[in-house]
Amino acid sequence: MAALAFRSPDDIGPAVRTRLAGFVRTLRDNGFKLGHAEAGDALAVLAAPGMERPSILRPALRALLCGRRSDWEAFDALFEAFWLGRGVKSRVTASGTAGAAKPSLKAPAAGPNGTHGPASDVERGGEMEIEAEPSGRREGASRVESLARTDFRKIADPEALAEAHALAERLARSMRARLTRRERIARRGRRIDLRRTIRASLPTGGVPLDLVMKRRRTRPLRLVVLLDASGSMSLYTGVFFRFVHGVLDAFREAEAFLFHTRLVHVSDAMRERDAARALDRMSLMAEGVGGGTRIGESLNAFNRGHAARVIHSRTCVMILSDGYDTGEPERLGTEMAALRRRCRRIVWLNPLIGWDGYEPVARGMAAALPHVALFAPAHNLESLAALEPYLARL
Amino acid sequence: MSIADRTRIAERLADVGYIADAGLATALTLMDMLKRPLLLEGEAGVGKTEVAKALAAIHGAELIRLQCYEGLDRADALYEWNYQRQLLAIKAREGADPDTVEAHIFSEDYLLERPLLAAIRRTQAPVLLIDEIDRADEEFEAFLLELLSDFQVSIPELGTVRAVAIPRVVLTSNGTRELSDALRRRCLYHAIDFPDVDREARILLARTPGIDTALALQIARLMGEMRKQDLSKTPGVAETLDWAAALVGLGVSRLDADREAVFETLACVLKTREDRSRLTREVSDRLIGKVA
Repeated sequence: MAALAFRSPDDIGPAVRTRLAGFVRTLRDNGFKLGHAEAGDALAVLAAPGMERPSILRPALRALLCGRRSDWEAFDALFEAFWLGRGVKSRVTASGTAGAAKPSLKAPAAGPNGTHGPASDVERGGEMEIEAEPSGRREGASRVESLARTDFRKIADPEALAEAHALAERLARSMRARLTRRERIARRGRRIDLRRTIRASLPTGGVPLDLVMKRRRTRPLRLVVLLDASGSMSLYTGVFFRFVHGVLDAFREAEAFLFHTRLVHVSDAMRERDAARALDRMSLMAEGVGGGTRIGESLNAFNRGHAARVIHSRTCVMILSDGYDTGEPERLGTEMAALRRRCRRIVWLNPLIGWDGYEPVARGMAAALPHVALFAPAHNLESLAALEPYLARL
Repeated sequence: MSIADRTRIAERLADVGYIADAGLATALTLMDMLKRPLLLEGEAGVGKTEVAKALAAIHGAELIRLQCYEGLDRADALYEWNYQRQLLAIKAREGADPDTVEAHIFSEDYLLERPLLAAIRRTQAPVLLIDEIDRADEEFEAFLLELLSDFQVSIPELGTVRAVAIPRVVLTSNGTRELSDALRRRCLYHAIDFPDVDREARILLARTPGIDTALALQIARLMGEMRKQDLSKTPGVAETLDWAAALVGLGVSRLDADREAVFETLACVLKTREDRSRLTREVSDRLIGKVA
């Protein structure tokens, strides 16, 4: 590659530098993880001879600045918008707001005085917050013990609800700490198995020629969460979500999906550190909720589109749903069977179990039940806490 | 970088039988320019590993491959001491000064090189293929990050080993696990998709002896159609090549002229029972009709 002599980045005029910095910032606003180093490299690439041509510049910057497939897929539109003034940017400039852009594409910031911080894409959250019924205020609800036992749907006071969210998060954190610790103990490094080593050394007169190593314990399970976000579940979704968000870190390889009439992949939103922000992002993704729950079809979408990538033999699939399915129960049964063949086990958490006299008579639930390894209540914090021993054994 | 550089690398790849698109050729040019690893993502069978092989071929470099798996650790990937020989050496030097013995048994002679150490100790820069990095644990990924940024490792008993020649590093991932941002930022990135009809036909022409253009095009088109079917395992380029070789071996010159042979040889392409039963004779005939 002798022809690849660099020009000095100093040869690049300040106008181009500013432009490039703007491009990097636009990418960052659109979720690209880019640091100073990448910006510097991009400048060096830009300074290389031949880079004036977009047909070279575009793939070069794409290889350099993309880090994942979602970046890869968004790159062309952003590149054209920024450098060629096509598509997104012109539309956004015309309307002048970031909100008018396609949801996945954030507009370049309006300029130095532009106020669109990176947070502006989540301003519309809140729909997932559990709607408070005006009645049903609970005086003791702010007290931890009683709150732990209160059915989520009866927590109406926004403050108590916030408290329940915080509690769910805290509960998840402590469970996470314990789950992680167990993992660490189980994973202590390679050790020589002395007993078997010495036995193996008998033929060589006690010289341990073949060292027998203790087998390293394999990793704990991967957790895949499928969260029902339909209307009938709306009173629970928020708290569940906080709980799952908290637990997910313990399972570093975890994936989350949300379903109602269709399936939405929400792992990225789940990985958001700040739970409130994550909830906001997820509520945006859950938009369009309404109509019945099609669990069977959502599971089908999962089995077809995601299962191969997301599930391996030591995966636990956790379904959080009340089991009210408007689709064909046979379909649900078939898809559950297909899912069970793929994963280690399916856990179904159903808030209705906590209700007095609940029987899983809904046809969908009845069809799904034979394939479920654990069918447990999840209507209050106590029932969520009771899951810990089970999760630890996974 | 100029179009000429990119074209040259694409041509050299084509010479060794790898048909790259412009994006990949750019990424490979950039890789040499910036001395950065290249992360390739894409479904199984799109030819990620082949990129590393082709790269080694065009540079006349050794290909060192590290296949990742769960539980892969530094000892498997970097170096290991030859315990058996060490024990024998201790036995043989019974009574000698322990320090001398220790210095002796922790020397180069007892060091077992694993792929990563091998890659940085070669005097001729090799191509290091870190295959399916998403299968390795996060700890390993973090360790790799350190190695890939400095191209040096420290072995407690020997000291720091610095790369003699910076290897060209290709990492591949199927997306089994989300990779860390740190690793992604360290690498150039290229997403490989299944080839389009034109590229797949060119791959067939480059790799299958005795195939004619018309048949290659038909096969490529049929593969395109097949990948649109609802299959549980989408066939990759390797399957295409196997199948083409089988068809050429059977003396098939046109798919529509020899439907029987096409149906019989679908085993090269469909790898699960479910898929096999889904692609019935009728479907097969319909697809052939579509591409002929």
